[in-house]
Amino acid sequence: MGRGKDAQPSSDKDNGGALARGHSTMKNCEYQQIDPQALPTPTPTPTPPSQPCPEKTKKQQRKWEVFPGKNRFYCDGRIIVSRQSGVLPLTLGLILVTSGLFFIFDCPFLVKHLTSGIPVIGGVLFVFVVISLLQTSFTDPGILPRATPEEAADIEKQIDNPGASSSSTYRPPPRTKEIVINQQVVKLKYCFTCKIFRPPRTSHCSLCDNCVERFDHHCPWVGNCVGKRNYRFFYCFIVSLSFLTAFIFGCVTTHLALRSRGKLVVCFFSVWSILGLSGFHTYLVASNLTTNEDIKGSWSGKSGSEDTGNPYSYHNIFKNCCVVLCGPMPPSLIDRRGYVPEDSLPSATVEIQLPAAKNDINVTAETSKVLLELASAPAPLAAPVPVSVPGPASKLPPAPGLPVDPAQGSTSAGGGGGSSSVLNVSSPADKRRPRHGSSKRATSSHSHKHVHTHKPANGTASSPAPSPVPALAPDLSTLQQAAAPFLSSSSSSTPVGLKRSSSSSGSHRRERRDPKLTSQH
Amino acid sequence: MAETHSLQDLRQQAAIASKVFIQRDYTSGTICKFQTKFPSELETRIDKQQFEETIQTLNNLYAEAEKLGGKSYLEGCLACLTAYTIFLCMETHYEKVLKKITKYIQEQNEKVYAPLGLLLTDPIERGLRVVEITIYEDRSSR
Repeated sequence: MGRGKDAQPSSDKDNGGALARGHSTMKNCEYQQIDPQALPTPTPTPTPPSQPCPEKTKKQQRKWEVFPGKNRFYCDGRIIVSRQSGVLPLTLGLILVTSGLFFIFDCPFLVKHLTSGIPVIGGVLFVFVVISLLQTSFTDPGILPRATPEEAADIEKQIDNPGASSSSTYRPPPRTKEIVINQQVVKLKYCFTCKIFRPPRTSHCSLCDNCVERFDHHCPWVGNCVGKRNYRFFYCFIVSLSFLTAFIFGCVTTHLALRSRGKLVVCFFSVWSILGLSGFHTYLVASNLTTNEDIKGSWSGKSGSEDTGNPYSYHNIFKNCCVVLCGPMPPSLIDRRGYVPEDSLPSATVEIQLPAAKNDINVTAETSKVLLELASAPAPLAAPVPVSVPGPASKLPPAPGLPVDPAQGSTSAGGGGGSSSVLNVSSPADKRRPRHGSSKRATSSHSHKHVHTHKPANGTASSPAPSPVPALAPDLSTLQQAAAPFLSSSSSSTPVGLKRSSSSSGSHRRERRDPKLTSQH
Repeated sequence: MAETHSLQDLRQQAAIASKVFIQRDYTSGTICKFQTKFPSELETRIDKQQFEETIQTLNNLYAEAEKLGGKSYLEGCLACLTAYTIFLCMETHYEKVLKKITKYIQEQNEKVYAPLGLLLTDPIERGLRVVEITIYEDRSSR
């Protein structure tokens, strides 16, 4: 099962018994007994490098518990599915029932009359299908963690920079950045939810509310997005399912033909539709395209043939196949089982309005002043941390479930310089977000507003008092620990962004074109 | 007169002045590569050559992780034949290189950047989006 290898085997054994669903209170971290005095050699994905084993009385949260996307996590973050699990149970059920019936009713007859290899082949195919289905469903598809507040601020600064953005009209053009890849001009769009410029081939899935790398589509049958990390599982699934259904169909046909020579129940359509889907994806793999790009005609419209249009293709079918299916397996970027860094401000929830500012210093000074007053914590550091949070001030109380503007995405005029922030200095208790992540979101369809739920630790507070800089051990680990409150981890600060998603890419559903009619069995 | 800091100094006066983000360079496609353009904020702090060398080494390491060669194909084919279950037991080549990268960054921080009042953050902690360089305010009396 693809977990993206984000837990070391030893940690699995340690936590093996704890199939905590949802709110894990586990402090089981034997695998994390890092001596803070020693220089740690952290592994990048599985454990947070600068977090020693929390021997604190406060419960430490894992990052999946505060994950901002619409996902569900099981087994303490090892398994990730989309919140919209779609019809995954149905898919599984159909496969199990159909295969079960096949094994029970057809196999004995065919073993007697044909060969005993039939159930073996069927069994192997069945195992492949189920394993690859579960891997597709439970693997992180390549979710990009959202930008930390500092990153977002930095990007905003760059966008607002005259010269970087094109015009200064009232409604600035959508935030895009053009780059050249392989002599092809590619537009990078800005994602308002994740506050990043999306890398090429990345798309924001509105159902999962995540940016997914090499986004193919959101598959309701599988209950997850199909992206860079699980496309090979998905392909394996549909190919093996094609073989399985064709095999079962053939066997059933043979069985009925041998037995009754009468009516045949033709389950043609299901077989053909799955075969069709496999064929389609084989074409995509051979040309190194995603469903998303193919549907949108990203490359085929530009020049005559798709081959020269697609800058990612190696123009060699074999190489494309190798790259897509057998390329190196990228790691999961969201570090689900890492620990959320500690909050440094224990203050109560306050909402602060930030004035429109293109000047970092003003905002910074004001922000830090306000934070200092509220936190009423000693601020040993006088130097404010610059956080450029541009935008006109407007108070936007977080309200759950505001509708997504369907036409938005990076194409909306997000407003160069026109975004306001409401800074929530939340207490640690408040920081605990619901597992499904989005209940505190506020969206605005046209206004240039961003709502941040901003953990004060992340660089804006100039008072690290509650986690004072450890005074001893002159080594890097402690420096990093000291810096940890400032080094806002990517997913722990949960910026509550707009639910702007590029609906054209995010919500495309495969099943409209190629329904897998396994239900017709 | 010495502008060097020890880690201890930094810790005691660890005031973050600002952060610089080195963005990804997508001109070669979707591979992980960071821009080597020297940011202006670092001009007073570090030698351009040194900075570029660090970024270039990082880029080379990432390229090694994502390299398409016999070894990665073998790994991929083997994984496919086992229905990708070997990923449960085996650390992938990519992850091995990521560990190497983490070590390299730590080493660089210790040897080069911390004395100058800077701290590199491992890009994997930022989802391979940026290389975050934290600039600590220079508050030690010189």
